[in-house]
Amino acid sequence: MELWLELGLAAGLGTVFGLVLQRVGAADPNKIIGMLRLTDLHLMKTILAGVGISSALLFAGLWAGVIDAGHLSIKSMSWAVVVGGLLLGFGWALGGFCPGTGVAAAGSGRIDAVFFILGGLVGAGLYMVMFNSFADSYLLEPLLGGKVTLVVTGKSTALINAEWSAIVAITVAFLFFLIARLIPVGLRKLR
Amino acid sequence: MTKNIEILSSSVNGSDPQFTDPDFTYSSMTKNPYQYWSWLSGGCALAVCFLLAVILVKPIGVSTQFVIADGLLANLFSEQLIVEDNLTKAGYQSSNAYLEKSGGKYAAAVAKPWNYGFVFVLSMLLGGWLGRTWQYRNTGMPLQQLPEIHIQQFGRTPSLRYLLTFSGGVIVLFGARLAGGCTSGHMMSGMMQTAVSGYLFTIAVFAAAIPTAIILYRR
Repeated sequence: MELWLELGLAAGLGTVFGLVLQRVGAADPNKIIGMLRLTDLHLMKTILAGVGISSALLFAGLWAGVIDAGHLSIKSMSWAVVVGGLLLGFGWALGGFCPGTGVAAAGSGRIDAVFFILGGLVGAGLYMVMFNSFADSYLLEPLLGGKVTLVVTGKSTALINAEWSAIVAITVAFLFFLIARLIPVGLRKLR
Repeated sequence: MTKNIEILSSSVNGSDPQFTDPDFTYSSMTKNPYQYWSWLSGGCALAVCFLLAVILVKPIGVSTQFVIADGLLANLFSEQLIVEDNLTKAGYQSSNAYLEKSGGKYAAAVAKPWNYGFVFVLSMLLGGWLGRTWQYRNTGMPLQQLPEIHIQQFGRTPSLRYLLTFSGGVIVLFGARLAGGCTSGHMMSGMMQTAVSGYLFTIAVFAAAIPTAIILYRR
């Protein structure tokens, strides 16, 4: 891809993504913490619906040959994913920002999000400096063969064979949407 | 500040749909003064972002760019950090093992910061600002720097808020780099592709985040 086209797409897609994060409430700490303490699940419904809809359309596009499987990117499975996820979850609940929503929130003018980004630069820097000490540890060893997906994508090891892939992919996507539809906004009330 | 107050008071007089829309439900659970999109519209909008990105380029991810930004900063102070090297896959090598991994991919991104991933994340700043401006035009609600949920728990303590988000940032980005992705890359893009790593990441994130938020924000 030519550089100008690549940068144009980056600018366009990044702007739209930041705008959408802001408009769905994902860049508002009240909404994030409300979701995490289960008093306002509006955002969880949004995320689950987003995953369900995009997944259904992604696989439909792959089978129809409209989407190039070469564009997919499956992340490797290891214990580091679980440990890193636990850490991220803890930090997310402290302030209510994750990397993407923190950037969008800083763009919207939030000072606390600027502090989040500064902290993020420190955290990522610490990881860079410490990388050598666990680069070869069991934490980063691939599990289940590394790049594993439930269904056949053309770019990963699939747990389910090609015959069943279509039905499983659509069922999983539908389940995400169904859960999004069914969970109540206010699951828990304070006091 | 005065402008915000003026607009807020004028909205009370009738221009704000929150006060004029007869269907607007106002209970503690459903109030939506910032007019965030419904879960269905919001879900569709997120789906469009993640799909368009994968159709046109590659799945959305954000946390890697914090490493690239760090590399750019460090590169200002060290001449040995990034060196051109035709023997590596990406054409660059680094004295830092993390920047050097995967054939010098990150080292190359630091050497040439005008690349897709970095510009994508920089543009999200503009997107956040546009979204906020749009929201402000619709609702007239001023940006509340100190979140309501923080005030309820800790009172008006901006420095504590900044300390919480700063330390949150340190832990979140360290965790994201260890996991190899964040909410965008693992949770959204990952589960969209039915990646097992995405499901496990999501379970781990909520397993830690839900109890922490319930204990920390009790009021």
